[in-house]
Amino acid sequence: MSGRGGRADARAAAARVRRRLSGRGAGVAAIVIAVLWTTPTFGLLLSSLRPEDQIKSTGWWTFFSDPEFTLENYRQVLFGTSSSSGRMAGFLVNSVVITIPSVLLPLALATFAAYALAWLPFRGRDWILVGVFALQIVPLQMALVPLLSFFSRGVEVFGVQMLPAWDLEGPARFVQVWCAHTCFALPLGVFLLHNFMSEIPGELMEAARVDGAAHGAILRRIVLPLAGPALAAFGVFQFLWVWNDLLVSLIFAGGTAETAPVTVRLAQMAGTRGNEWQRLTSGAFVSAVIPLAVFLAAQRHFVRGLLAGGVKG
Amino acid sequence: MDFDLAAEQPKLLQLLIGVAAFLVVVAAVLLLVDRVPMRRRAWPHATILLAPALLLLGVGLVAPAVRTTLLSFMSGDGRRWAGLDNYVWMFTRPEALTVLRNTVVWVLLVPPLVTSVGLVYAVLVDRTRFEALARSLLFLPMAISFVGAGVVWRFVYAYRAEGQEQIGLLNQLVVSVGGQPRQWLQEPPLNTLFLVAVMVWIQAGFATVVLSAAIKGIPGEIVEAARLDGASPRQLFFRVTLPSIRSAVAVVLVTQSIGTLKLFDVVRTMTGGQFDTGVIANEMYDQAFRYGETGRGAALAVLLFVLVTPVVVYQVRGRAR
Repeated sequence: MSGRGGRADARAAAARVRRRLSGRGAGVAAIVIAVLWTTPTFGLLLSSLRPEDQIKSTGWWTFFSDPEFTLENYRQVLFGTSSSSGRMAGFLVNSVVITIPSVLLPLALATFAAYALAWLPFRGRDWILVGVFALQIVPLQMALVPLLSFFSRGVEVFGVQMLPAWDLEGPARFVQVWCAHTCFALPLGVFLLHNFMSEIPGELMEAARVDGAAHGAILRRIVLPLAGPALAAFGVFQFLWVWNDLLVSLIFAGGTAETAPVTVRLAQMAGTRGNEWQRLTSGAFVSAVIPLAVFLAAQRHFVRGLLAGGVKG
Repeated sequence: MDFDLAAEQPKLLQLLIGVAAFLVVVAAVLLLVDRVPMRRRAWPHATILLAPALLLLGVGLVAPAVRTTLLSFMSGDGRRWAGLDNYVWMFTRPEALTVLRNTVVWVLLVPPLVTSVGLVYAVLVDRTRFEALARSLLFLPMAISFVGAGVVWRFVYAYRAEGQEQIGLLNQLVVSVGGQPRQWLQEPPLNTLFLVAVMVWIQAGFATVVLSAAIKGIPGEIVEAARLDGASPRQLFFRVTLPSIRSAVAVVLVTQSIGTLKLFDVVRTMTGGQFDTGVIANEMYDQAFRYGETGRGAALAVLLFVLVTPVVVYQVRGRAR
């Protein structure tokens, strides 16, 4: 009784403290921050729904005195035919094609590696573990130049061609992007999943082994269900990271409609047509719709990933 | 209207190939590992399970990192040794020094600002009725790309000549209090601060979420005891709340420092590094991939590595504890 009562008291106390805080304008401060944080996005969203000439001549706040709606900007930015329009539909497809394998591959490979590092007793395990964790230090900038030349020129040691160039053209260039994203995701993925997997009770593993289960079966029947939340957290993380990435795509996917994702397209539009606000505003939302949906649907997992130490970049 | 589904088909085919490759890899690993009898020692199993990940890490991260380090001591085309030339360039040329100075400004400003906003907001909305919604509002910018956020803020900073109607919110506010509209992103040194604001806007939600989880973890008894001792809200915050969530605050500061050091997208989208706004990661991209100065780009990447290392080591040691 005392425990529950104590907690209720504490909650009441906290509420009282907060009320005292709010008395001094804390509520106002919170609202000010919230408004500051949402207004820029709201302004952009509203603008994307206004006709072109209005976006360029008046501020979005005039919408309230003179409301005029149109979806023309979205039609233009997605499907427009003129060279200055976004043609984002094709880039959206590229983003999907880039993202799906770039999430699945590191997820699977990190699961295997984390399982081996957490539950298989073999010599040198601790060294590999430390090594993989340490790789989190390496900024992906360290890998960009040589990795690109690995794909485009192959490996040459002292003038001897050891590995041929991959020479990927057209849609095959997606392979480069997948590989790059997978490599860069593995240190964090192994780290997160290892942390979760090593918490699985040893008796469960022992029991399964006594029953004669092989590793494949243990992975499927014990590890996957128990590490589900961790996998989801890492999956959501990696999805948002890959979808929103600009640097890796710029380098490995190039800038054409053949392989470049929406972020690259949006960056191009911001660079060359910095004042075509009707397309920039709608383009920004086109690029954000899918990550926003995933984010809202899986916020719980994302937060869990954040709290477990996963950070984009 | 010009969306040709047929034109997209090769891409979708490629996607199918990619997913099929994924399935093949998974199936191959599982089949192989089940082939080896369980009674044997663990290393054959471990080898099979670890091989794909370690291979990719070696080819995609370790070998390139070593090569980048070598390249940083070579000339732009990577054909002849240049000694420390690239590093001398980095620390003596004015344009490179601007980049370093900007990076220092970023790292000094972003982590503390993000942490303070996140902390204040987390405390303010803690245990209020709209807490979940309030946190989501700050958290949403984390879902959109840095490029998208860049566009959002370029619109806020948009400039129209004096006398015309302003379309950017900031200039409109300035004009409405009688000021002159300005090109916020083109006037150094203040423009870096306007870029910093964007990063703070994106990251504050991260700090809010992490810190509010930590605040929830403070035992109610402690708060209660402090209250019974007559602590004022200010005392409660500085003597109870803040010390109790010290480690979470450290996590936010550290992760923000790393993210800020590697920052690329925001600068590239908003100014392209012009007008003295360049930062290390941005300059690294320009040198290596636009100007073909591989050596300089590599040297900048190495500098980034050297700067990030102590921060990550601190973070990992903190987590291990």
